[in-house]
Amino acid sequence: MNIYGDHGNLLVLQRRLEWYGYEPNIIHYNVGDAFPADVDIVIGGGGQDSGQEVIHKDLVKIGPKLKALAEKGVPMLLVCGLYQLFGNFFKTLNSKTLTGIGILDVETHGTNERLIGNIITSSEAFGDIIGYENHSGQTYLGKNAIPFATVLKGAGNNAKDGHEGACYKNVIGTYLHGSILPKNPKLADFLIQTAVTQKYGEFSHDIIDDLLADLARDAASDRPR
Amino acid sequence: MPHPFVVIFGKTVRYIARLRGGGSALPGLFVEKISPDFIKTTLAQLPLGVVVISGTNGKTTTTKMVVALLEAHGLTVFTNRTGSNFTRGVAAALLGDIDIKGKLDADIAVLELDEAHAVPFVKAIPPRFSLLLNVMRDQLDRFGEIDATARMLEKIAQATTDTVVLNREDARVLKIKDSLTDQTVELFGLSDTLLADFPSDDDMRAGSVKKVKRPLAKVLLKKYAGNSATYELAGREFSTTLKLNGVYNVFNSAAAIALTYAILADDTKPDTIISTIAQVTPAFGRGEELQVGGQPLELILVKNPSGFRLGLKSFSPVGYATMIAINDNYADGRDMSWLWDVDFESLADEGVTEVSGVRAYDMALRLQYDEVTIGHIERDLSTALRQFIDNNQGKPKRIYCTYTAMLTLRRELSKITKVETIS
Repeated sequence: MNIYGDHGNLLVLQRRLEWYGYEPNIIHYNVGDAFPADVDIVIGGGGQDSGQEVIHKDLVKIGPKLKALAEKGVPMLLVCGLYQLFGNFFKTLNSKTLTGIGILDVETHGTNERLIGNIITSSEAFGDIIGYENHSGQTYLGKNAIPFATVLKGAGNNAKDGHEGACYKNVIGTYLHGSILPKNPKLADFLIQTAVTQKYGEFSHDIIDDLLADLARDAASDRPR
Repeated sequence: MPHPFVVIFGKTVRYIARLRGGGSALPGLFVEKISPDFIKTTLAQLPLGVVVISGTNGKTTTTKMVVALLEAHGLTVFTNRTGSNFTRGVAAALLGDIDIKGKLDADIAVLELDEAHAVPFVKAIPPRFSLLLNVMRDQLDRFGEIDATARMLEKIAQATTDTVVLNREDARVLKIKDSLTDQTVELFGLSDTLLADFPSDDDMRAGSVKKVKRPLAKVLLKKYAGNSATYELAGREFSTTLKLNGVYNVFNSAAAIALTYAILADDTKPDTIISTIAQVTPAFGRGEELQVGGQPLELILVKNPSGFRLGLKSFSPVGYATMIAINDNYADGRDMSWLWDVDFESLADEGVTEVSGVRAYDMALRLQYDEVTIGHIERDLSTALRQFIDNNQGKPKRIYCTYTAMLTLRRELSKITKVETIS
């Protein structure tokens, strides 16, 4: 599930950790692999609807392990397809139900309407979040899920609620591609800081020059939907 | 026969549109609105029927090759040479070629069509032959998903009345074969050794390319190195030098040859095919080379990650000044995610001299994370181009650009050098 540029999220975490003076160890988890023992950050992307079905069975199998990590406070970023499957279920247009692993209290319904285009959201913790959404599944939040952000421009979780993504502890599910982390370095640093602090008790670091990210954010904000 | 009024009116609009420069689809739009049956009635006159070429990458250059191959065999070919591959682009091209009574002097029409526009087109005008090149991540914001694009190509195949030519190495394209019952299917492909150079979007982050047994292909690109290639045509091997550059252009030459075989059958002359392919040059902006200040300047169109990756792989940056221009207009695709699916590390040693376009800062940010140094960032294309040329005198230059950035750059370049006019 790597077709929508979510590789950028991995690259940003890797480079920023290196620039901060850490040595990240990246494990690509694929269907059927042994689940790695020592995990500090989990990220996952979206894919074709067909790709979704392939990983579904395996995801359900490792669900309890991911759930335990989530309860422990391990930071996670799930984009689009995996955001949906980290919820309770995904009901497709032809009424087939894919059970999720229930870490996020959300449900997703397949629709004929594609929510697509540049999107700007806003959260208290991260300020304006800038990205691109492209999904036909619409997600509704249950009472135990907190929205990740409020939509300023674009659609978000669904066509009516005006919020985007969902959080539980340090787990963030979102529809934002773009990739999301390059243009939202605050979010990248939240994942890094949380993970490093949990591992080493503190996060000491140099300052990264994010001028290009700021300029790219400004340029993206002015673009049509 | 189209109504004479429509033809005269359409031709006038075409003339005026060309005077104001650019806009190859505008006159077609007029005709489309006035006489919707115009294309259908005009194309129905052709003795050998209609050929449709579609897919994500390489339509324009492949169409150019097919036209050259058919013409070398003595056919008169009508085509939409502009790369304006929407229905109205076809109407616009027709207007240029028909006489005042609406008669088209051609044996066959070879048309490149954008995937989405091809579907209603083939519904109205079923092609005799179709060639489906590939399905890659491109303009997903327009079509939704790759699988949806594959379904569009499948509809083109199903509407075809005679032969469908498919890319054996693209799993989504090859799968279309299973949905066809009434059509002959021919395949083109790559030798196992070349296959590793063509990772698909799916393979890219999945490690090594899986080896599976593949069906036999009619035309195979066996070897490709430098500017020479070896093909296997219907079981025989032929080698030639090429004026084409870029691996993907060369692979598409195998596609063009396979389609030519399907159309001409026993009348195909292998020697004519090889001597023609040897002379074909890339279509505009697809590796086209201009001269600026006594130095070559190459324009390379990039519109999706696979195309960009293959471009970077095909052209060595050593000794060149490199510029990248990224726009996000409708025709380019609004979503910038794709830049993150291209590795730019190959540019790290030489750096990128100039970054430009509406999304210059997105591109610069991408380069920052591959630790590639950047000379200047300038969103305005004409300023950036001037800066790029002035700062790199005496050095060959290369510009990677998205579609609308390329149109602007060509217009600017035409003020200082000879740029082929596209009619």
